[in-house]
Amino acid sequence: MAGGVVEKPEGAYGGSTRNYLNETRGIKNWIITLDHKRIAMMYLVAVTLALLLGGFFAVALRTVLWDGAVRDPNDLILGMRVEQMYNKYFTLHGAVMVFMFIIPGIPASLGNFILPMQLGTKDLALPRINLMSLYLYWIGATLFVGVLAFGGLDTGWTLYPPYSLDRQTSIPLILALSAVFILGFSSILTGLNFIVTMHRLRPPGMGMYDMPLFLWALYATSLIQVLATPVIGLTLALAMVEHMFHIGIFLPQYGGDPVLFQHFFWFYSHPAVYIMILPAMGVQSELIATFSRKHVFGYKAIGWSSIAIAAIGFIVWGHHMFVAGQSPAAGLIFSFLTFFVAIPSAIKVFNWVATMYRGSIELKTPMLYGLAFMYLFGIGGLTGLFLASIANNVHLHDTYFVIAHFHMVMVGSTLNAFFGGVHYWWPKMTGRMYNETLAKIACGLVFLGFNLAFMPQFVAGTRGMPRRYANYADEFTTFHQISTVGAYVLGAGVLLQVIYLTYSWFKGPRAPKNPWGAASLEWQADSPPDFHNFTKPVIVMAAYDYENWEYDPNTGGYELRKEVVESGRSLATAHH
Amino acid sequence: MSTSTAHSHDTHALPPRPKELAMHFDTLHNQYQAGKLGMWLFLGQEVLFFAALFTAYAVYRGNHTEMFHVGQYFLDWRLGATNTIVLLFSSMTAAWSVRCAQLEQRRGLVLTIAITWLCALTFMVVKYFEYTHKIHVGSVWGDSFHIHNMADLPRGVVDWLYKHNPGLAQMQGEEQLAAVNDMLGKNGLGLGSFFAVYFCMTGLHGIHVLVGMGVYAWLFVRALKGHFNRRYYGAVDNVALYWHIVDLIWIFLFPLLYLIG
Repeated sequence: MAGGVVEKPEGAYGGSTRNYLNETRGIKNWIITLDHKRIAMMYLVAVTLALLLGGFFAVALRTVLWDGAVRDPNDLILGMRVEQMYNKYFTLHGAVMVFMFIIPGIPASLGNFILPMQLGTKDLALPRINLMSLYLYWIGATLFVGVLAFGGLDTGWTLYPPYSLDRQTSIPLILALSAVFILGFSSILTGLNFIVTMHRLRPPGMGMYDMPLFLWALYATSLIQVLATPVIGLTLALAMVEHMFHIGIFLPQYGGDPVLFQHFFWFYSHPAVYIMILPAMGVQSELIATFSRKHVFGYKAIGWSSIAIAAIGFIVWGHHMFVAGQSPAAGLIFSFLTFFVAIPSAIKVFNWVATMYRGSIELKTPMLYGLAFMYLFGIGGLTGLFLASIANNVHLHDTYFVIAHFHMVMVGSTLNAFFGGVHYWWPKMTGRMYNETLAKIACGLVFLGFNLAFMPQFVAGTRGMPRRYANYADEFTTFHQISTVGAYVLGAGVLLQVIYLTYSWFKGPRAPKNPWGAASLEWQADSPPDFHNFTKPVIVMAAYDYENWEYDPNTGGYELRKEVVESGRSLATAHH
Repeated sequence: MSTSTAHSHDTHALPPRPKELAMHFDTLHNQYQAGKLGMWLFLGQEVLFFAALFTAYAVYRGNHTEMFHVGQYFLDWRLGATNTIVLLFSSMTAAWSVRCAQLEQRRGLVLTIAITWLCALTFMVVKYFEYTHKIHVGSVWGDSFHIHNMADLPRGVVDWLYKHNPGLAQMQGEEQLAAVNDMLGKNGLGLGSFFAVYFCMTGLHGIHVLVGMGVYAWLFVRALKGHFNRRYYGAVDNVALYWHIVDLIWIFLFPLLYLIG
């Protein structure tokens, strides 16, 4: 049985059998709930469905690419040319993954659940806004399903005009633009809520520097969500008006400027990649510290580097446009600024490694994902520097090198951290343990599949394989076929996870309060938590004081030491 | 933080909680501050939302100075100035309503909210006349820009036309109109882009005014019902903050569009 957990009767771990999952029943009580935990779980299910949908398109497009060197261009599948299908697959893959999975992924599901609990409070500051954000997500997602139903798009997720605005069928285009607009406001409301909560609902005795680093990362993410997302909202609204009324703002034939769209688009979409990676880095800080059983190294450096990444992230968007007719001076400045992002990113990686140094490392599944994160983020981050230098960029622009680079960061890092975080908090969220052996196998499949899928793409890219083509020259066949095999392996790993996690939710052994010996406040709650989160007064302590917890063989988890419970104070007061 | 294991209302051992206090806050003050911080962040979001449009304005004006110079003649600064005064006045009554709520002056509160709402309505009525006039003249966005009648053209535009094409005086009727549209439309100045910017900016601002009217109507009902008191007036305060930014955006739009000649 996973983690040496012994099956116990209900109520053995928290004194109460009631929790947020069974407090009230019926679908209506979930849909109109204001409870952050229920909203988080609904988000978790929704983003997982989005991940599977986006993953389906990924596997589909990799399948098309299997024999791209020898295909007859006139081949028809389901009455459509293969190339046309491929164009829709990569567009929908990108759009679904970016807007419906990666951006809301960690903050709206894990963040929503864990943030108030790490503050020892009952809910987010603005519960109605939280529910509204979920509703907006549902509306946006529904509109996106409409895009699929009306034939899809083939613009790429970047929606560059003129092609996107005057060469697409109106219905799917307008549905897609409104979907992203609405999903954007869902994201803004989540970020706004998080910032307010961290400022107003910290318990007495917890300063900003006592918060877990996951919360620093969410704070930085929220700043970007609130300040960058409105720009894409407006841009998409203008694009919609341009498409319908030809107002002459982005389409050159009516006097508009298509490059202005690119500036607006990347002003959001570059910071958006930090919306994707920063929460992942926050999860990473928790995983590495917990499973090294050591106070995180360089707390302030990690915390402030999140803020630095958010700030610098706002002024580098031009590096997406080095070959889009931007002036050489602008190119030079954007290139220079882009290198700066590497500094806070590297600070984080070095601090995680230093945290592990002489720690007592436990290779549980979440930690394995944490290690995979570091390895893949290292590669993804360093190849970003290749792309930041202008001369290299001109050569590598729009090749598979770019694809491989950003998948290393967005998938290799964020998806791994998402999986790591889901496994780490799964016992808390569902009250059940997953099967550790299956989880390790799935983690191995994900890691293997991911590397098979994207390592060859770096080589193919440097040899000139351009992105977004269904067909290619003979010499690229091996790279593409390895990559396709990798995509299948990765897909198998993800499916395996979905299966054993779903199984464990219903049939898994009951989880102890604190299976990992982690020290942040959410572990003082029952698993799963009470409707009001905590049934006993929370003992506020710094997030990485592991000595306050000791292993209890009776529950298979960790319990607060007697001295801590009696004094109501952390053992270590002068640690950082 | 909860110190009790009760599930529905965990307060029976403590002094009674005000009915306005949500379960996850410990004081009304903290709840008020949370709402206010949320509103300020929302306003930050609003600034960035409009920033994209102001950037578009700057790009187009930088690239097409003369287009903006001529386009501005189509706008009536007197109507713009009227709306500016109306909005400034409404900002005062909005601020006043907050004070009334703090002092628990219920009649004053209802009255100031009503006046603010009526000012917003006045603004939209003036806007309605401006928009319908432009549609009548044909001075509209992008591809649809087409002047229907020489007599509709403002004085400044006529002067500019004759200065740049003295031959216009010898033409008549359709021929003259075609030449004018050639000079002003997408083959010439490209005024369609100016009006695209004008309609997008004032239109988005107008949508914000309409939203403001909606929330003020909601506040009006709540004020009539006596929901607010000196400890609980966050909604009045936050709506007023929103109203001030709507006003502030107009303070920038008015000179940038109407007064650049």
